[in-house]
Amino acid sequence: MSRSIGLSEFEARLQEAGIALGDDRRIASVRTRSIAASDWGPAAAVAMTFGCRWAGMWAEADHAHMRLYCVLDYAGDPLLLSAEAPLAAPEFTSQTPHFPAADRMERHARDLFGVIFVDHPDPRRWTRHCAWPEHWHPLHPAQAGDPPTPGRTPADVDYPFAAVHGNGVFEIPVGPVHAGIIEPGHFRFHAAGEPVLKLEERLGYVHTGIERLAVGRDPAGLARLAARVSGDSAVAHAWAACQAMERAAGIEAPPRALALRGLLAERERVANHLGDIGAICNDVGFAFAHVQTARLRERWQRRNRECFGHRLLMDTLVPGGVARDLPADAAEILRADHAALRREVEPLFDIIDDHPPLDDRLVGTGVLSQDNARALGCTGYLGKASGCGFDLRRDAPYAPYDALEVPLVTDGEGDTAARVRVRMAEVRASLDLMDQLLDATPSGETIAPLPVPPPDAAGLGRVEGWRGETLAWVRFDDEGRIARYFPRDPSWFYWPALERLILGEIVPDFPVCNKSVNGSYSGVDL
Amino acid sequence: MLRILTQVLRTGIVTEPPPATDDAALEALGLELRRAIDARFGRSLALRHVDAGSCNGCELEIHALANPYYDLERFGVGFVASPRHADALLVTGPVSRHMETALRRTWRAMPSPKFVIAAGQCACDGGEFGVSYASCGAVENVLPVDVKIPGCPPAPDELIRGLLAALRVPA
Ligand code: SF4
Repeated sequence: MSRSIGLSEFEARLQEAGIALGDDRRIASVRTRSIAASDWGPAAAVAMTFGCRWAGMWAEADHAHMRLYCVLDYAGDPLLLSAEAPLAAPEFTSQTPHFPAADRMERHARDLFGVIFVDHPDPRRWTRHCAWPEHWHPLHPAQAGDPPTPGRTPADVDYPFAAVHGNGVFEIPVGPVHAGIIEPGHFRFHAAGEPVLKLEERLGYVHTGIERLAVGRDPAGLARLAARVSGDSAVAHAWAACQAMERAAGIEAPPRALALRGLLAERERVANHLGDIGAICNDVGFAFAHVQTARLRERWQRRNRECFGHRLLMDTLVPGGVARDLPADAAEILRADHAALRREVEPLFDIIDDHPPLDDRLVGTGVLSQDNARALGCTGYLGKASGCGFDLRRDAPYAPYDALEVPLVTDGEGDTAARVRVRMAEVRASLDLMDQLLDATPSGETIAPLPVPPPDAAGLGRVEGWRGETLAWVRFDDEGRIARYFPRDPSWFYWPALERLILGEIVPDFPVCNKSVNGSYSGVDL
Repeated sequence: MLRILTQVLRTGIVTEPPPATDDAALEALGLELRRAIDARFGRSLALRHVDAGSCNGCELEIHALANPYYDLERFGVGFVASPRHADALLVTGPVSRHMETALRRTWRAMPSPKFVIAAGQCACDGGEFGVSYASCGAVENVLPVDVKIPGCPPAPDELIRGLLAALRVPA
């Protein structure tokens, strides 16, 4: 079945279920249908049975309306669904009963916009802690000022965690300040002896108000902000945001810029995988691998600074293209680098792949079943390690990947060892892709001017970041400034997956499980 | 085991200046750092890090301090898990309002004398995030700051230089 037929059939199913489909204002580059606010949940029920992947939702408001968008993916083809309600009564049915991953994004929209999900199963706040009162919503158009309670923000001590009762069950609260050099968040474990009976995450600690900061920025300012949504995904988020802006403005970056963006994205993937593979090994006491990969990563980052101007590749992407062209001799240097890294990782990956003490800790630890991965809509290495091989670069290729052969990387085991294997395979694949990109880098401009987009223009950006499918929604106002930005990091799906894969594992295995998943806190706290 | 030893031998010691970067300066910096730590803290400097709202970019560079190129620990600077064991608090990110109390409490849990190092543009002046309904902005809006290490994020050599500056601040 060809893809668009798939979506057409899905639309037919929606209509069979009594859901009327309208055409939303034309959104550049993505098929969009509008439905009634009361059909928001029922449409998700149809999507679930049809086999769509739920890929994210966000709200948007103007002076009179509250609008919701969600992305449903069928075999790589996205359908953007929208629904509208009056601002005075922003009531929608919830999609959470059908797609568990919708839970936190809906609660995020509830906290920030005041959206009411009439049948949402969880009434608790999510992104809101104690910095602003319940009935003030930072992104509600009528509440542009500061919240009514300035002054010190108390700790969020009253959050009602779910309780587990039973003989010998105890709670272990961890965080927000953790023992290592990592982002803050709270984990509430319920355990009986060593095995974990339940893990509940409480995030939102690094909520810095990114969505409101974006409002009123110019395109260059948004790209800068996007690179800081999650510092390890600077390229992924900047690319998604730039792509969304370019689509809204009706242009495409020049071919050379797109090839360089591909190169940057693969460099980001390699750096993060190298770091994580080492950190996972380190968490189970195999320091050798950690030191080796840290060494390779450092060399890689130094080259980033030399050839692209920034060790983490921040601000290398700008609306319309890339900030700077490759230095003259860089292609040769990079090719030699790739060959050297290939030589270096082979013996190393060989050891990691087959080292009995490592296997003892990683094999069978933290299994995410394929069913769970699919139900949650996990993409990236987490999905791939559990048999969901979805990869935008393969399944819905955009330039420059449309001209490349991106290999299928999957593993069926779903355990921590599989997540390490997938990362190793992705490093190898990226090295090949980067060579191909260097061999066929088109000549020409590296940036095209971004015209002022038509008033109210919007675009959806969709790229395969190192963590998986990364989305960005951008709407412009009448003057070409940003009216709405929502970055959807893959971590929205990683965190619920961590809660599931830790069940039944022992508490001391949590750090390595968490590291192997490596969800971004800042990417979801926003 | 043989494979590991082979790899270790083949790798050798990389804590040496590779030609492309200014590692000679780093070495000098490290030695200077060592002397300053000896003078101020006797033997070692224990840092407690708190991410108060960072994008995680700063953390990645702090991690890099431990890699064999910088190997920060050889100079006596180490990271500790408990604020009770710390001489200095290394704060990254703007202070999100949701982290405000946790940061204060961490600081209060540290024994005196103690000092606070703001690492990264956000920690220094609010950076890309500034002050908003969600962010208190710079660390100094919440805690007394002794040293600022700018940069978005500061590179590892800049962090080492900043730590050195920290040790020169009169207590
Ligand atoms: S200084 Fe830069 S890298 Fe560090 S937290 Fe701020 S935005 Fe991120």
